[in-house]
Formats: sequence, structure tokens, C-alpha cells
Amino acid sequence: MTTTLTPVLSDNWDRPDAPTLEGYRAAGGYRALRTALSMEPDALVEKVKTSGLRGRGGAGFPTGMKWGFLPADNPNPRYLVVNADESEPGTCKDIPLMMASPHTLLEGVIISSYAIRSNQAFIYVRGEVLHVIRRLRRAVEEAYAAGLLGTDILGSGFDLDVVVHAGAGAYICGEETALLDSLEGYRGQPRLKPPFPAVAGLYASPTVVNNVESIATVPAIVANGAEWFTSMGTEKSAGFGFFSLSGHVTRPGQYEAPLGVTLRELLDMAGGIRAGHELKFWTPGGSSTPIFTDEHLDTPLDFESVGAAGSMLGTRALQIFDETTCVVRAVGRWIAFYAHESCGKCTPCREGNYWMVQVLDRLEAGEGSEADLEKLLDICDNLLGRSFCALGDGATSPVMSSIKYFRQEYIDHFEQGGCPFDHAKSTVWGGA
Amino acid sequence: MTRTFDEETRARLEVDAKEIIARYPKARSALLPLLHLVQAEEGHVSTAGIGFCADQLGLTAAEVTAVATFYTMYKRRPVGDYHVGVCTNTLCAVMGGDEIFSALKEHLGVGNDETTEDGKVTLEHVECNAACDFAPVVMVNWEFFDNQTPDSAKELVDGLRLGRDVRPTRGPGSVCTWKEASRVLAGFSDGRADEGPQAAGPSLEGLRLARERGWTAPAPGDAGAGEEAGQ
Repeated sequence: MTTTLTPVLSDNWDRPDAPTLEGYRAAGGYRALRTALSMEPDALVEKVKTSGLRGRGGAGFPTGMKWGFLPADNPNPRYLVVNADESEPGTCKDIPLMMASPHTLLEGVIISSYAIRSNQAFIYVRGEVLHVIRRLRRAVEEAYAAGLLGTDILGSGFDLDVVVHAGAGAYICGEETALLDSLEGYRGQPRLKPPFPAVAGLYASPTVVNNVESIATVPAIVANGAEWFTSMGTEKSAGFGFFSLSGHVTRPGQYEAPLGVTLRELLDMAGGIRAGHELKFWTPGGSSTPIFTDEHLDTPLDFESVGAAGSMLGTRALQIFDETTCVVRAVGRWIAFYAHESCGKCTPCREGNYWMVQVLDRLEAGEGSEADLEKLLDICDNLLGRSFCALGDGATSPVMSSIKYFRQEYIDHFEQGGCPFDHAKSTVWGGA
Repeated sequence: MTRTFDEETRARLEVDAKEIIARYPKARSALLPLLHLVQAEEGHVSTAGIGFCADQLGLTAAEVTAVATFYTMYKRRPVGDYHVGVCTNTLCAVMGGDEIFSALKEHLGVGNDETTEDGKVTLEHVECNAACDFAPVVMVNWEFFDNQTPDSAKELVDGLRLGRDVRPTRGPGSVCTWKEASRVLAGFSDGRADEGPQAAGPSLEGLRLARERGWTAPAPGDAGAGEEAGQ
């Protein structure tokens, strides 16, 4: 059995007019919206539940179930907030989607808002992607002009306003409650849960926060049916998703495939590891997911199988590193990132990452000791499950998994009094 | 250093601020875009800018400062016309981002978060910008310059300093200034959304292969999706 690619969300990306309303419609866009508006909102929620769609932002929580948590008796307005703050290292799927086909997301926003009975949606997009923000705002403008947003959308009686909100540079705002604080005009720091956003989210009102790719997948499910969706992927990880290959591969890029595809299959499609080199380690779903090695080439990339193998599917951000890469340097750089991005609210994350940077720096410089490895694991033990949000937990992933698989490489550094690798060989131009 | 905007500036920005605030159910949600707005005016968020935001929203200067200092895109010191951000997160660093950042520091004679004497270029290393399949990545005023090398990056900053036409790999036909970019972030269109490609390079790699091999998602009602029949 060979898995093949299943372009759905990316299917119109090779059309130069894909970002425009005209081009999107010419490719069949906004037909699902008409179907949706002829349905009862609850039937739409049911359809998304039946499809088994699980959140594409990393955690994999069932999207329909999240929608179903909105309390029926709460009199406050409901909000849909799209998490377009794509910042997890290695993750690079939502940005090209919004750049190429912003209407795919927007159609999903309109359908999803209708399903959850919300009349106000926000797209919280990271600020550091100027042209994506232009494209999103232009799409919203076009949609208003065409009667796809505003009052009485397509004569359905349904009203919806959409605001594209640009963030200002903070990884933590990808955490849904930090995102809500940021959208309310505060520092982006996570909130204590419960209450969950479904009960008390934006402005303490019932709120659904979903990832871009999750929302963008909704129109295809409405158009083609839940069965069509579950015919792809595995039983518990239904459907398709973007697998983003980066690093030391021949043809990095976006590969839209059924969940459960393996790295071996994806590498085969991407032309393999760059010529003359071999796979050393990789992340299945961004820097917050424990690293894998060549032992895991045949692990099905679905939520269950990756979990059973000791990591997480995350955002399917496959960062691939070959044998020229120093794992101590790679991990040190990731932890410097977590230290920089820690919001400072909780002590384990704020202090833990700060100290791990110090220890990793001296290990990389060949000035560490075996006790430093124990120190790192001890700090991780005090971070994992003890930090305020999942972003703090995530920082322990590269540290613990790299010591598990590459302990000797850490030891080599201090035994040799320095890094045994020539970093120049890892570069794009130095690999030949 | 002025602590407030002059009368004319203030009156002009108040019109913009009203438009921004009107987008939100609650006024305070307008704080991030308002900070982008005052950065568009001065190139950084000054004491005057903070005071302006506070006045518009009925907040204290301390409340606004707490927010402004939390987010890395707001600069508390003047920035050059072009903010050059080199990604040095792990993936880009390994692929050559570290070499690019070192080369630019030496070439421009500045350190991290410093501006060239001509006021044109501010150099900074940045975190992952969601373009890992185009590594190593450099951002100029938050436009993508993909697949860079030390030489291409030096040529890029020279072009910026000499006022040559510099074109992002995925973005509009030319790079706007830092202040103009900040104004777009505040929510005011510069009418350039239609410029540039819809997608390029690695974004299309999977689709290109699918087209070449005739792979598609299954038709609705068709089981056995995503797997070749008979295998």
C-alpha cells in the first residue's frame, strides 16, 4: 500500500488568480457556503463532529466537539477567533495557505461562524508577515463587497463581521488564552483554565479558537461530506493535512497527504535527504515535539502512532537534519528561543529556560560535564507538567529527547573540549 | 525629546484612531493596532506615542507601556528605513542563517539591533518566521526574502542603502519603508495586496508532484482514498 498526496486546500495554489475572489470562485470556491447556509447550524456542528476533524494547530482536539462545548444558555455574544499566529519553529503551512488562497480560510470562517451562531469573527495573524496580512484584508474587503460578509449573507438572514487583527511579535500568543488576552489589548499571557474559552473566552463571552488549517478544512467537509473526509487518514486521525518538510531534504515544501503517511514515504516524494548525506534526527511536529531519528522512518504520522512512539504529531512540521548537524547546537538554539519567548508569568518556564540556556551554552562550548546532563533533566522534570501552559512543557521536548537518543554526542563535546562538528557543512551551500 | 505629538499630528492620528477603535466591540482591543499606528508615525513607539494611545483608550501610560514592551515588533528606539531580520532559529541557523547574520554584521559594521550610520538599515536576528521550507530566510520590513546566502544578503542590504529596487521573493513588487509597513499593520491598506505571486517554490512542491503523477484527493463517494488501487 503506497500513500499518495491528496491536494485539497492546496489544489488551487497553482492558479495565479487564487488569492482573488474571482479566481477562488472559478475554482469552485464559496459553493460550500451556499450548502452550509441552507442547513441548520446544529447539523453543521454534527457534520464536523462526524468527520472526526481534529485541530490542526498542534493539540489535535476534535474541532466539532470544541464547538459543541459552547453553552446553550449563555446570553453573551459568541465569537470565533482564528489562530493565525503560526510561530512554532518548523511550522510553515498556514502562512502559504493564507498567502495563496485567503478565501479558503474566509469561507471556512463564514461557515464555522454560522455553525456556532457567531456574528463576529477575528483572524489573529502574526504581525511579521506583511503580505499575508494585505491578502487577508483584501479578501475580507472583496467578501463584503460581494455580500459574503456583512448583513443578510446571500439572503440567508445571517450576519457576520470579520476583523483581521495583526499581532506584534510574541510566540506565546499562539497559546489560545494568551491570544485572547492579546486580542483584548493586554500582554499575551495565558489564563488559568477552567474556565475554557468556550465558556469564558474573548471579553468573557463564549468563544471558539481554532487554527487556520482546521477552519480552512471545513468547507471541503461541507462540500464533500464527512464520509469523504474519513475515507482518508486513519480511524482516529481522519482526513488529510499539510506535512511541511524543511531542512536537509532535496525538495523541501508543503505536501498535503492523508494522516498516517510516513516520513519514508514523504522523503521519497521530496527526493530524499540531500545528496550524499543521511538522516540524523527530525521533529515530527515542530520544536515542541520530541525529536525522532532514522528508527522512526516508518512510524505512521497520525496522532496515535506518533504518541505511541514517544513524540507528538503537533503541526506536522518535519524539520529534517542530516549527519552534519550538531544536535547540541540545535537544541541549544531552540532553548534560547523558548527562553526569549517565555512570557514570564510562571516560574518554571521563565527560570527553567533561562538556566537551561546557560547549561547548554557551556555544553556546546565543550566546558560542560556529565553532571550538566543530569541538571538539564532535573530542570525538565521541574518544567514538564509544572508550567502554566503547554509552551513551557514544549521546551522540555528537545532537551529530553536529544539526551535520550544522542547522550554520547553531549559527552563528546566535553571530552573533546569543543564542538566536534564543522557547522559550515550543514549550510545549504556547504553540503556538497 | 517631545512628550506629546504636535497639534496637527495629533488631530490627524485621532481620525485614524477612531477608525481603528470602531472595528472592535471593546475599545481596548484597539491597543495593538494603535501602537502599530504610532510606530508608523515615528518609526518607533516613543513616549509621545504611548501617551497618545493612552489618551485614546482612557488608559494610563504605565498600562500602555506594559503592553508595548511585551511585544518584539514594537521598537522603543528609532529604527532605520529598512528593518532587516535574519532568522537564526535552529532550522535556518543550521542551513546558513548564522553565517548570513555574521556576514551582515561585518558588512554593515553594526551589531544586533543596531542601525547603520546612514539611518537606512537596522539589523536584528529574528525567530522562526514560518517559512522554514525556504531556509535560510531574511525578512525586510516583514516581507519574505527566501533562500538567502551571505552574498545575496549583502547584495540585498547594499541595494536597500543605495535606494535600488529591491523585490521580495514572495511579496509586493518592491519593499515599502518601515513606517509604511507599520501603517499596514495598523490596518490601513496600501493597495498592494494583488502584487506578487500567489505562491512560489517549495509551497508548490507537493502540488507539482501530485499533478505530475495524477494524484488527487478521492472524488466524493469514492472510498480507498489516498491509496493506490491494487497495492
